[in-house]
Amino acid sequence: MTAALDVSRRTFLVTSAAAAGGFALGFNIPFGGGEALAQASPEINAWVMVKPDETVVVRVGRVEMGQGTLTGLAQLVAEELECDWAKVTTEYPTPGQNVARSRVWGNFQTAGSRGIRDSHDYMRKGGAAARQMLIQAAANEWGVPAGECSVAKGVITHGSSGRTTTYGKVADAASKLEPPQEVQLKDPKDWTIAGKPVKRLDTVEKLNGSQIYSIDVKRPGMLNAAIKACPVFGGKLKSFDAATVEGMPGVKKVVSVGDNAVAVVADTWWRAKTALDALPIEWDEGPNAGLSSESIAEMLEEGLTAEQAFVGNQAGDVKAAIAGAAKTVEAVYGFPYQHHATMEPMNATALWTNDRCEVWTATQNAEAALATTASAAGLPVGQCEVYRLNLGGGFGRRATSHDFVRQAVLIAKQMPGTPIKMIWSREEDMLHGYYHPVTQARLVGALDADGNLTGLHMRISGQSILATINPQGLQNGRDPATFQGLNPSGTEGVLGYTIPNLLIDHAMRNPPVPPGFWRGVNNNQNALYLESFMDELAHAAGKDPLEFRRRLLVNHPKHLAVLNAVAERAGWGTPAPQGVHRGLAQHMGYGSYVAACAEVSVDDGGKLKIHRIVAATDCGHAVNPQQIEAQIEGSFAYGLTALLYGEITLKDGKVEQENFDTYQMMRMDEMPAVESIVMPSGDFWGGVGEPTIFVAAPAVLNAIFAATGKRIRSGPLMNADLRRA
Amino acid sequence: MVSLTINGTVHEVDAEPDTPLLWVIREQVGLTGTKYGCGVAQCGACTVHLDGVATRSCSLPISAIMPEQKIVTIEGLSPDTSHPLQKAWLELDVPQCGYCQSGQIMAAAALLQSNPDPSDEDIVAEMTNICRCGTYNRIKAAIRLAAEQNRG
Repeated sequence: MTAALDVSRRTFLVTSAAAAGGFALGFNIPFGGGEALAQASPEINAWVMVKPDETVVVRVGRVEMGQGTLTGLAQLVAEELECDWAKVTTEYPTPGQNVARSRVWGNFQTAGSRGIRDSHDYMRKGGAAARQMLIQAAANEWGVPAGECSVAKGVITHGSSGRTTTYGKVADAASKLEPPQEVQLKDPKDWTIAGKPVKRLDTVEKLNGSQIYSIDVKRPGMLNAAIKACPVFGGKLKSFDAATVEGMPGVKKVVSVGDNAVAVVADTWWRAKTALDALPIEWDEGPNAGLSSESIAEMLEEGLTAEQAFVGNQAGDVKAAIAGAAKTVEAVYGFPYQHHATMEPMNATALWTNDRCEVWTATQNAEAALATTASAAGLPVGQCEVYRLNLGGGFGRRATSHDFVRQAVLIAKQMPGTPIKMIWSREEDMLHGYYHPVTQARLVGALDADGNLTGLHMRISGQSILATINPQGLQNGRDPATFQGLNPSGTEGVLGYTIPNLLIDHAMRNPPVPPGFWRGVNNNQNALYLESFMDELAHAAGKDPLEFRRRLLVNHPKHLAVLNAVAERAGWGTPAPQGVHRGLAQHMGYGSYVAACAEVSVDDGGKLKIHRIVAATDCGHAVNPQQIEAQIEGSFAYGLTALLYGEITLKDGKVEQENFDTYQMMRMDEMPAVESIVMPSGDFWGGVGEPTIFVAAPAVLNAIFAATGKRIRSGPLMNADLRRA
Repeated sequence: MVSLTINGTVHEVDAEPDTPLLWVIREQVGLTGTKYGCGVAQCGACTVHLDGVATRSCSLPISAIMPEQKIVTIEGLSPDTSHPLQKAWLELDVPQCGYCQSGQIMAAAALLQSNPDPSDEDIVAEMTNICRCGTYNRIKAAIRLAAEQNRG
């Protein structure tokens, strides 16, 4: 009954926070402990807690994984709250608390560049409502109308009497007031905290080793587990010989995990891993043992010309346009599997007893992690809890599939009462990803005698993420996410080009390799295919690639504006430095408009140097311009790593790349100078964590064509010969 | 038992001689600022100083370390986050997820120790640690800033 009591106690504490004289749950986990601490700090509402020392605690449902969301959302709340920014801190509610309070903190999932753009409204309203309640509390104390009071930096002033008080002093009284029915949000033009390049709130701990990531969790009596799952997708565990390793130093137990994995539990992780490496294991490799990159490529090639395909965008009669064209251009592109390769490998710590299961982990969606925990634990959700630790990178890997949480719980279940920290080795992490899906595309363009684009057929062939991860998201079998950035309308990702005869369709081919949402998702290949091909068309038409695009973007001024901005800043049309060549790309995704102009050189030996990239982003409202610049720079590192090196290949049903020696990353010496143009045009909220990735590869590929005359249509560039043709 | 001098303190640790220094630092000694990233000396997240030299601790067995050799981890770089590089990192808001930053800072600190005024070429030649978030340009700028401030 301990667990049930525990839960009801939590619920009681939270819901009676105000009535109990200012008790609220603190959800911070500064030492990875995860205990919910009762603090004598009034909760004004779900978003805002004010402590007697004037500290303002902003609660954030979304998660920070480096992208700056925590700081950005706190800025938005603080802006409406009119508190002192220097006194703002943040904390995470747990998913269990969210469930207990009817999901008052909204959706925890942090993906799709949605951290700010999908939660700014309710969080700003939370800040504004708290401000009104705090002012009302002061007005009540003074016996004056609230309308006669004003606030600045958390100090409330009564106009005619000049009396002042502070948020910290009236917080307890404010927490007992009814929240206002309606609140007025500020005009972004009047922002003083939001919209400004303030420093992040979470930096110092990352400079001295005190930041606790999931992999750093310590629990009393904790043991460590190393795990191996069948390296062939869909394979099973056949047998293992525990006796061989049971006498090794520190080893406590060898356990099977589900039907496809085995783990060694030891006092330290290194001893667990050492024993696991010595453990004889037999696998049943199952039906995919013959799978290879070549067999997958054949599947996709068949789809390039298949009769049946799902339509994403259609106008006019593309067949007739191609048949009647003065000139046609045709090309086939490809985009290989990519791995997320978060710097922190997957890991989770679990504690299981008969009536309760707790998990400490790094997740982009703690609610999904809680559901996985309950399912693996065999317990109701109300008897489970997940504590959120810092993420050493997410990039989509920790957003949907909590296979690592499931494994940790299944191990802990075999050692009731003992906390088990399970860490994947880098090799395990590489072999068990949810990979950026593989696709190819065949594009055919029709040009008239004047070089105008009259028709375009873009056939995508390849893997659907939703078909595996979220089949209920399919629409009559069609995966709408396949067409990111190519849609005819909407606010998410609209094709900027107006082409009279158009067909964009998808032949779904799903190899048995788990696909996942990889930063940028399907925009990555869609932008690479289309923006490279637009360049091909421009050259075939004998036109300047910028002018060619401009004419087709006339109906989409925001797409055009970012393109023009990078062209102007980069000096498009003016001579580049000796040996340097330029390439352009533009795309819209996750609600934002992005463009890039890359400057590269290729020496006689075919060695590429990316000198500079000018990048523009119109994200509507720019909450923290310097953090947007950080996301733009980071997006180039991520997108160009994929272009230069990123390729997961399969042989005998297994991933061939097991570590950073065979799956290379861009390092500092290859990172170009980045000039960011943050140009928010207002009136909408676009994401910034991903969009720049879309244009990274095509801008560089187009610049490589300008430099060499070679059109590279499939990455990675490490496989390409870039010497001039 | 093996004797190791870490951040000025001698630790007697119970670990097999082939255990990598990284895991002894993290598990037996309990300092978790030094990170595991790859285990094969590729990513640099585990970088510490061994007698002042930037060393990838994931691939260094403790049997190769003499008791008198001085090991410094990120926790021992400065008592109050006041190393010029830590201040420059803070000034330029360098970290994103932060996971690689302990290693980046330790690599940069060893660089400045041996080369107080590095050129951009010197910096990129020495700074080979991986950052998946892509903070490279800010890291480079922060190293330059710290070097400038050292010059006064």
